[in-house]
Amino acid sequence: MDRAIGIRDLDVAYDRRLAVEDVTFSVPRGAMVGIVGPNGGGKSTLLKAVLGLVPKLHGTVEILGRPVNRKARRLVGYVPQREDVDWNFPVSAFDVVMMGRIPSVKLFWQPTARDKELAREALRTVGMEKFADIPIGEFSGGQQQRIFLARALAQQAEVLLLDEPVSGVDAPSQHEIFDLLRSLKEAGKTVIVTTHDLSCVAERFDLALLLNKRVVAFGRPEEVFTSELLNETYQSHLMILKLGDRTIAIEDTNHDA
Amino acid sequence: MLEHLLEPLQFGFMQRGLVAAVLVAAVCGILGSFVVLKGLAFIGDALAHASFGGVALAFVLGANIYLGAFVFALATAFGIGAVSRRGRVSFDTAIGVLFSGTFALGILIISRVDRYTTDLFAYLFGDVLSITEEDLWTIAALGLVVLALVAAFYRQLLFAAFDPTVAAASGIPARFLEYLLLALLGVTIVTAIQAVGIIMVVALLVTPSATAYLFASRFHHMILASVAVGSFSALLGIYLSYYLDLASGAAIILVATALFFVTLALTGHMRKLSGISRE
Repeated sequence: MDRAIGIRDLDVAYDRRLAVEDVTFSVPRGAMVGIVGPNGGGKSTLLKAVLGLVPKLHGTVEILGRPVNRKARRLVGYVPQREDVDWNFPVSAFDVVMMGRIPSVKLFWQPTARDKELAREALRTVGMEKFADIPIGEFSGGQQQRIFLARALAQQAEVLLLDEPVSGVDAPSQHEIFDLLRSLKEAGKTVIVTTHDLSCVAERFDLALLLNKRVVAFGRPEEVFTSELLNETYQSHLMILKLGDRTIAIEDTNHDA
Repeated sequence: MLEHLLEPLQFGFMQRGLVAAVLVAAVCGILGSFVVLKGLAFIGDALAHASFGGVALAFVLGANIYLGAFVFALATAFGIGAVSRRGRVSFDTAIGVLFSGTFALGILIISRVDRYTTDLFAYLFGDVLSITEEDLWTIAALGLVVLALVAAFYRQLLFAAFDPTVAAASGIPARFLEYLLLALLGVTIVTAIQAVGIIMVVALLVTPSATAYLFASRFHHMILASVAVGSFSALLGIYLSYYLDLASGAAIILVATALFFVTLALTGHMRKLSGISRE
């Protein structure tokens, strides 16, 4: 099968500690994958390693069958955690989405009609086309995530990596974002998301990766969301409740920590 | 009114001073917008101080002052990066160590050659009215280089300034752009040191752009507004220094500072009226 991401024997150190250890898995094209695990379990570091933003100690990463070079990176759209961005920067929603066109253009570039159309189309896809001229700082957290997603779409990325897209976002917007990701997956994109929202992964994702430095399990959510595997992933940080045929997972750590 | 505006223009030094000050303010307004948004004020100040070592050395050796200043500013910029990457020392601390060292070197050199002292002090505190035609050409040429490079890399620089992580992730040469910005900052500072002086260069970089930041909602508006605010401060400052016999560099900076506080009060008032906070 065609692979969007292939990772083998990956070790990554962050702040001189091993953050990701001996990770091997591959994501088929068109899949929607949720990466879950405790804080400090290496979720963000794993995404950054795929993008080549943190140096690997060991192992290989392939994007659509190619090594991570500049051409391959253009095919990956990345939506960072909200804290990584200066929201008071004087740019409009449209300016931000237009940044998605920059990796594939030359010096002295001025946006062409096609670039503008791609940016507008991306804003339409995420339902933000009416707000193109509003400064980025005036949007809610959920809207900002959608605009950043539109930037990845304007880049014409095939693989979308989102780092905790719903943290700090109100519940209705969380659902909107996951619905949006689902429809992008239906349209053929590969979607990889780190999240704390286990029930959402269980409901809407094809695959779940349980990560606590090492891969605890990787498979369909209904197969890997078992008490044993979740306990192994979260160690003492997660309580599993069984109520009839429902399983409820409660995390006892602070999400924003 | 008109004759007050025209009267100083009969003097060659006033013409040159006005042209030089506006050129410098324009270049500073462009680079300053990046400086304000990326929080580079301290490193800008440091590069200006560090360039004094180069100015003094070039003066003593009879070399080109601008070249000396540029070499020292650039070497300090890259030195700061190297020191902070190598050891446990933070970026901030590396800046503090290196710029004071190179500035002290400049002071040491002029303390040994007292016949130059008064000339060299013009570089410390600025003397835009002593600018020669040759200086003017140098400033214009350096300004054009900055303008051309910013135009060539404008979108990439904007992307990397707004969201460096994603810019790097999407294949933009982020490290190269970082060094490019530092080099451009070095060139800009060098063009400005004779107009406003090493000690006050950072004000011309930061204050007009900070003023523009208060009301601009798009990046190119911020650049245009900070060029306008800077140029206006330069013109008004020089006229004030002519009629009131004030130090020109200080007059330019104080006009810019006053504009900043007026804008701060106005935009704060308007924000209160509309009930919208950008924080």
